[in-house]
Amino acid sequence: MEKKHFLSGDEAVAFAVKLCRPHVIAAYPITPQTVIVEKISEFVASGEMDCQYLHVESEHSAMAACMGASLMGSRTFTATSSQGLLYMCEMLHYVSGSRYPIVMVNANRTIAAPWNIFGDHRDSLSQRDSGWIQFYVENAQEALDVTIQAYKIAEDPKVSLPVMINLDGYVLTHTYELVDVPPQELVDQFLPAFQTTNKLDFEKPKSLSFSAPPEWQTEFRFQQFEAMEIAKEVINQVDKEFGRVFGRTYGGLIHEYCCRDADYVLVAMGSVAGTARIVVDQLRAKGKKVGLVKLRSYRPFPKEYFQDLGQRVQAVGVIDRDISFGYEGAVYSDVKAALYRPGAQVKTVNFIAGLSGRDITKENLAQMYEPLEALALGEKVSEIQFTGLRWT
Amino acid sequence: MAVKIKDLPDKELLYGHKACQGCGGAIVARLALKVLGERTCVVLPASCISSVTTIYPQMAFFVNSLTSAFPAAAAVLSGMAAACRAQRLEDVTLLGFAGDGGTIDIGLQSLSGAVERGDDFLYICYDNEAYMNTGIQRSGLTPYGAWTTTTPTNNNAVGEKKFKKNLFEIMMAHRIPYCATASVGYPLDLLNKLAKARDIRGPKALHVLAPCPTGWGHGPEKTVEIGRLAVETGLWFLAEYEKGQVKINYNPKKFKPVQEYLIRQKRFRHLGEKDIAVIEEHRDKEWEILKKHAGRVE
Amino acid sequence: MKPQVVKNYQFPQSKEQMPFGPGSEAGVLIEINSGWRNLRPVINQEKCTRCLICWLLCPDGVISKDTPQLEIDYDFCKGCGLCAYECPRKTIVMEKEG
Repeated sequence: MEKKHFLSGDEAVAFAVKLCRPHVIAAYPITPQTVIVEKISEFVASGEMDCQYLHVESEHSAMAACMGASLMGSRTFTATSSQGLLYMCEMLHYVSGSRYPIVMVNANRTIAAPWNIFGDHRDSLSQRDSGWIQFYVENAQEALDVTIQAYKIAEDPKVSLPVMINLDGYVLTHTYELVDVPPQELVDQFLPAFQTTNKLDFEKPKSLSFSAPPEWQTEFRFQQFEAMEIAKEVINQVDKEFGRVFGRTYGGLIHEYCCRDADYVLVAMGSVAGTARIVVDQLRAKGKKVGLVKLRSYRPFPKEYFQDLGQRVQAVGVIDRDISFGYEGAVYSDVKAALYRPGAQVKTVNFIAGLSGRDITKENLAQMYEPLEALALGEKVSEIQFTGLRWT
Repeated sequence: MAVKIKDLPDKELLYGHKACQGCGGAIVARLALKVLGERTCVVLPASCISSVTTIYPQMAFFVNSLTSAFPAAAAVLSGMAAACRAQRLEDVTLLGFAGDGGTIDIGLQSLSGAVERGDDFLYICYDNEAYMNTGIQRSGLTPYGAWTTTTPTNNNAVGEKKFKKNLFEIMMAHRIPYCATASVGYPLDLLNKLAKARDIRGPKALHVLAPCPTGWGHGPEKTVEIGRLAVETGLWFLAEYEKGQVKINYNPKKFKPVQEYLIRQKRFRHLGEKDIAVIEEHRDKEWEILKKHAGRVE
Repeated sequence: MKPQVVKNYQFPQSKEQMPFGPGSEAGVLIEINSGWRNLRPVINQEKCTRCLICWLLCPDGVISKDTPQLEIDYDFCKGCGLCAYECPRKTIVMEKEG
C-alpha cells in the first residue's frame, strides 16, 4: 500500500532516492537543494538506507565522484542548484559524453549576479547542451515519481544517458503537500538493480572516457544524438509502465490541458503549470478556447509534438523563466523553431516571467492569454514581453 | 619488505605509449604498475600521460583506466573507492596519476577533499615542473629561475620568480596515512615507497620528480641522471611521512654544487651568480624546515 | 613477451562495430613507435651481467628480462639512449639506424 506523507518537494525527492537504492551519494549543500542531502543523510544514519554517503568538497567533485562510482557499476545520486550546477558544468559533459546514467536533482534557482537564492530556470537552461536529459516537474508528487522513472530511463541500455530532474526552488522544494510514497517492493519490481557494461572490468580491463581524434568524434556525438532520440520513446514508455504499476502517469514528454480544441495555448515548464491550469479553467468558463502545454522534457525536446501543434492552433505563448540575452527566452526559441513548419500559420509570443523567484500570479497568466487572443484575431503584439516589468 | 628488481614482473602494463623519448613520467607510471599489479585502475586527469596513452583506438594501458577532467582525478578516485566499499570489491588498487599542474594547481581542492575523506587510493603526482602537455607553461611546482613559455627569460628576466609549493607538507597537514617524495633518479627508493603505499589502507600520496627532456632541455638519455642530481644538489629531497613521523631517506653531509644540476638543463641556462645564490639560500632554508619536521634540529 | 601490435587492425566499418561511447578494451596497439628512432641500442650480450638497470629504467619498457638474454623490442624502442647511458658496464651501444 502507498503511504501518504506530508512532504516538501526536497523531502519527496529524498524518499524517492531511498526507494531507488543507490550505492553512492555525493552530497554538497546549496540552497534550496540542501534539504535533499540532509534528509538522505538521516536515512543513512538511521540505517534506512544502505549506501556510501560522500561529503564532497564541491559540486565539481560531487559529479566527479558520481562518475567514479558509476564507472565501477554503482547507482549514484547527487543534487545541486544554481551556482553549484554551473560549478559542475565541466563534469556534466564528461558524464554524458561517457554515457554514465547518473541521476541528479537540480533545485532551480537563479544565477548571480544579481545574486539571490530564489527560483528561475536560468541555471538548468544554461546547461541545455550538456547532453543531459532534463525534466521539469510541477509538484512534489511528480518530483518523487519522476526521480524513480529517471533511473529507469537513464539506465535503459539503449539510452544510457544522465538525467537531471528540475524542481522549482522554494515553490516546490520548500512547500509541503500530501505525497504518496510507494512501497519498496513495488519500486524494486519497477526498477531492478543497476546493470551496465559501461564499467571497468577486471577480467578484461577497459579504457573508459578515452580521447577521440577528429576522425572519430563525430561518430561518438552521433551516438549521443541517437540515444536522445531513442530516449523520447523510452520516456513515454516508462511513464506508461509507471502508470500500470503505481497508478499515476504524466504524459511523457509533454502534458496537454484543454488543447484538443484550443485556439491558443500557453507553454510552460515546472510549477507554474498548476496555476496556469486554474486560469485555463477560468477562461474556459468565459468561453475562451484556451489550453496549456506543460513541457516536461526539455531535452530530449518533443519537436514532433510541437510541429503538430503548430498545425492545430492559431497562437502559442511560451513562458520562459529565463532569457538568452541578445535573443529571447531559450524555451521560446526551441518551441518556435518546431512550430514553424512550412505552411504553418501559427503566431507566437514569448513571456519572460518569474525571474529570480518573482511570482507568476493567476492575473499574470490570465493577461498572457490576452495577446494570444489578439494574435489569433490577426492583430499585432510585441513578440518579447516581460511580465510584471515596472517600466521599459 | 624491500623490492627486488629481479622479482618484478616482466609483463608490461603500460606499453606502446607516445610519450617523448626519455620521458620521466612514463618511467614512474611503468614502475608504479609493476609494483601495484594488474588489478589497478588508473585515473588520469588531463596530462601528458593521458594524452599519450588513451587516444582512440590506440590504448596503451593494459589495466583498467579512465580519463577524467583536469581538476577531478581525486574526486573520481573517491567515488570509485566508495563504489568498491558499496559493492564489497576488494583487492583493487585505485591509482591517481596526475601531473604537477593537475595536482598542485587545478586539482588541489579535490585532492584535499578526497584525502580528508580517507578513501583508499594512491595518488601519484609525477612532477615535471610545468604544464608540459600544453607546451611548457609554468605551474605551482615550477622551480625558481626556470624558463617556461609563460615565464620567459628575454631581457635578462629570471624566468619563474616563485618557489615550488610543498605538496609533501600539504599532505602532511591532512594527516594522511602515508606520503613520500621520490625521484626517477632513485628507482629502488621509488619502488619501495610504491610497495609501502600499496600495503597501507586509506589515502596515500607520492610526489615523484620526473624530468622532462623536452621541457627542461636535456638529452633524453639523461632523464635519470638529472633526477639523481636534483637530489644530490639538495634541490629535491627524498622523504616519507608515516604515522605522524617524517623520515629523510637521503641526507648527505654536503650537497653537490647546484650548478651541476642547473647547467645540464636549457631552462636554467640564463641564470647568473645572483640567481644561483637565491636558489642555494632557498634550498638551505627548505632543508632546515625539513629537518625540523624530521626532528633533527641542528 | 611484449605486447604486440594488432595485425591488420580494422577500424569500425559500421555503426554496430563502434565502441559504446568512448570506452574500449584496454591494451590495443595499432601502430609501432620504431619510426621515432635515429639510434638503435644494441646489447653486447657477452659483457652483459643482467643487472637489469636498463630493464628497470626504460621509459618504454621495451627490454625483456624473462628471456635467456635481455632482448629489445625494436617495434617500440624510441631510441632515447637512456639504457646505454645508465648501463653501469657500458655494454649497450647506440648504433646509427641505416
